Amino acid sequence: METESFTKTHQATTVTPRTITLSINGQQHALTILPYVSLLDALREYLDLTGTKKGCDHGQCGACTVICDGKRIISCLTLAVMKEGAKITTIEGINHPIQQAFIDHDAFQCGYCTPGQICSAIGLLEEGKVKSREEVKDSMSGNLCRCGANQQIIDAIMQVKGGDNE
Amino acid sequence: MTQIGQPISRLEGKLKVTGAAKYSGEYKVPNLLYGYVVSSAITKGKIIKIHTESAEKIKGVVKIFTHLNRPGKAWFDMQYADMDAPPGASFRPLHNDEIKFNGQPIALVVAETFEAAREGASMIKVDYQETKFQTDLHSNLAAARDAKKGMATLLKPPPPKPTGDFEKAYAESDFKASGEFIHSTEHHNPMELFTTTTLYDGKGKLTIYDKTQGTINCQLYVGNVFGLHFKNVRVVSPFVGGAFGSGLRPQYQLFLSVMAALDLKRHVRVTLDRSQMFSFGHRPQTIQHTRFGATQEGKITALNHTSVAETSQFEDYTENVTNWSSMMYPADNTLFEQKLVSLDVNSPMDMRAPGGSTGLHAIEATMDEISYKLNIDPLELRLINYSTFNNAEKKPYSSKELKACYLQGAEKFGWYKRSPQPRSMSRGQKLVGYGMATGIWDAMQLPARAEAIITKDGKLHVKSAVTDIGVGTLTVMTQIAADEFGLNMEDVLFFYGDSKLPFAPIQGGSFTTATVGTAIVFASKALKKKLLKIAKTSNEAFKKAEIEEVTFKNGMMIYKDCSISFLEIINTNKDKPIRTTNFGYPHALKLRKYARAVHSASFVEVEVDQELGTIKVTRALTAVAAGRIINPKTARSQVLGGMVWSISKALMEETIMDAQLGKYINQSFAEYHIPVHADINELDVLFVQEDDKIINELGIKGVGEVGLVAMPPAIANAIYHATGKRINRFPIHFDELMES
Ligand code: FES
Ligand code: FES
Repeated sequence: METESFTKTHQATTVTPRTITLSINGQQHALTILPYVSLLDALREYLDLTGTKKGCDHGQCGACTVICDGKRIISCLTLAVMKEGAKITTIEGINHPIQQAFIDHDAFQCGYCTPGQICSAIGLLEEGKVKSREEVKDSMSGNLCRCGANQQIIDAIMQVKGGDNE
Repeated sequence: MTQIGQPISRLEGKLKVTGAAKYSGEYKVPNLLYGYVVSSAITKGKIIKIHTESAEKIKGVVKIFTHLNRPGKAWFDMQYADMDAPPGASFRPLHNDEIKFNGQPIALVVAETFEAAREGASMIKVDYQETKFQTDLHSNLAAARDAKKGMATLLKPPPPKPTGDFEKAYAESDFKASGEFIHSTEHHNPMELFTTTTLYDGKGKLTIYDKTQGTINCQLYVGNVFGLHFKNVRVVSPFVGGAFGSGLRPQYQLFLSVMAALDLKRHVRVTLDRSQMFSFGHRPQTIQHTRFGATQEGKITALNHTSVAETSQFEDYTENVTNWSSMMYPADNTLFEQKLVSLDVNSPMDMRAPGGSTGLHAIEATMDEISYKLNIDPLELRLINYSTFNNAEKKPYSSKELKACYLQGAEKFGWYKRSPQPRSMSRGQKLVGYGMATGIWDAMQLPARAEAIITKDGKLHVKSAVTDIGVGTLTVMTQIAADEFGLNMEDVLFFYGDSKLPFAPIQGGSFTTATVGTAIVFASKALKKKLLKIAKTSNEAFKKAEIEEVTFKNGMMIYKDCSISFLEIINTNKDKPIRTTNFGYPHALKLRKYARAVHSASFVEVEVDQELGTIKVTRALTAVAAGRIINPKTARSQVLGGMVWSISKALMEETIMDAQLGKYINQSFAEYHIPVHADINELDVLFVQEDDKIINELGIKGVGEVGLVAMPPAIANAIYHATGKRINRFPIHFDELMES
């Protein structure tokens, strides 16, 4: 009877690939993928845009953060097919003062969380909601850094953001 | 301008902030196959049957490897031993039907896409025969025993032999303090998932992009296990997304990726998922006991420190937990012991500041306890017991500027504003506490090779197989090499992270800068001699020059008022590059008379909410004496990283074992807590001046671990000062503070 349940699962997932067009960093990319391919895997495995990182694949670390229609999103919890027509920006398409600030403040060690931190920081700056250093820390807390570059990351963001660093 | 001592930004920084840095799972490879691992759902027993039929039907699945069809013949234990293997028999993936620990890899599904491999893995059902297991340290203490000795114990000597008469001295001491300290299991959890991409280059040749802390370690492992000539195995690892010790040994995704590539004659990438990141090495759960005795004046006279830690059933992993107190405090009566208990878990392995971050908590919390009993300021107690002599080794330290750490650190932190009594400081609803502690770590150095080359265009190239796991090795080695020849950073290129390059040991234990840096100095010295020799053949002015009389600056060799450019020397050399490869090694003879260590002192302020018990580390300072600091910017980040880990260790992270299931139950970033940005407040680092002429050519000691030894106990001590409660179990949970 166990075999039966396997067959069911198996059939449930024999869906056909779709061809979609994604707009990434101002370029149109056509790709044929299964509907359950995450945006993160589409970027990394199908489009060779490996700047976006996978740390957990479960929406728990923020390493896969990209900017979608001006908002920061978790690409591992987003299906690529959902984002047809959206304007996606990944680290490869970013040219922003925050990057130099990260270098100047030594806001990374291994660099693996860095693209996610940078996308998240840009999203945060564009949202324009947070003011104080405390608020920036809270609002960046979905992006983990195992190397422990936390203080330098917030320093870099505060420098670019300007204003009160208290 | 010399480059050493400059706060130079990481040379690979641009690549990291633009997404251009390629980690091991990110190389674009045509016709790549993906492997997904199936993990054992039981803790101990046998595999009866693996049902692969449904998985095989999935479009894109190419092959499913299990113990029944895995290829290969080199199945002797010895061949699986890597440079960091503890005594015992290394784990052999897919070896047979036996399950030794929960999460053990038991099958690999290989498919044309990641999705198909993952789906296939999810559809594999396994019949097991489960047997009784033990995964709880506390209920198995009766089985505690001594550790086996082996190669790996060379770097980790057993605790020093007893001296004097501890029991008598302790019984007679004026003041006593003791404690039981319980530490949970921790997993390294670097942000990057463990990944190997194996390129099958044909004719049995492999290029392997691996997440590792040792390219040559993995090269030798693959060669031994798969019976390949080392020359046919190249392991490349220029970017490593954190490791913290987890990459010191080859992990099973390397084995599985290589196995599948050789069998299928295709390129294969195997990536673990986050829950599988909890299935290999970890910091072992440990129980420690201390008993310290002191005189009226605060002199420590008796030290007893014991530990029991878990290991697996197949290897005896040990770390030095109880070696440290007599290295720090010169008591005449000492008794130390380290025991192991074999449990049905995978082997533990070195995790940032292994042993030290565990042991120092017990030592420095016990010292704190004594200070309160004696009514002496905790800092004063350390000064009373200060010594530049290592009592464990009976040798003086090659240098020890710990006192400067204490004094400058205390001053900058504002330690003297502390009021002595517990619960005597507050801020609104919150109790405030100050705590301090001492840190120590071995200043080790291993032999390594390096190559130095003056290229055709007069630039300096330096090469080593060493990795840069995010600690700044690329930048620091470039600085060291630049100074050897008086060059600018732009004129030096450091090649690293490739097993093809000259030998370097695994990157860990804070010994990399001293080890590879020294090799670079040796190679540079030899290269300078060679340059002079060649210059002499074409330039009259240099004929009489001795190597000690020439200097190097901006691409010129200078002797008295004559100079010759590297380009001219190259020209003399028929336009061929000039190269030397040399061994750098510690000065065994000179060093024999000295003990070597890096020291630190941490000062911490905490706030504890009176009603909720929540704990906040509001500010902390770590003062470090680590010899010469090559790059204050990257070194500071190393120590800051250690300080964040300290907060994590003292207050947050633990892998929770369900002893009923024999399984870790919080295998995700949602449930394995590490600090987020909101948890980190003011952190400060201070490097004190420490000139060490003995330790190595450059006076380097290493800063990788020292940020994580003093601060965890300083946090515990600050919580005691704030609340009057001493919690000796890490991580400290706020509910424990609320219990009366
Ligand atoms: S990979 Fe998406 S949140 Fe971790
Ligand atoms: S820099 Fe390594 S995880 Fe953030």
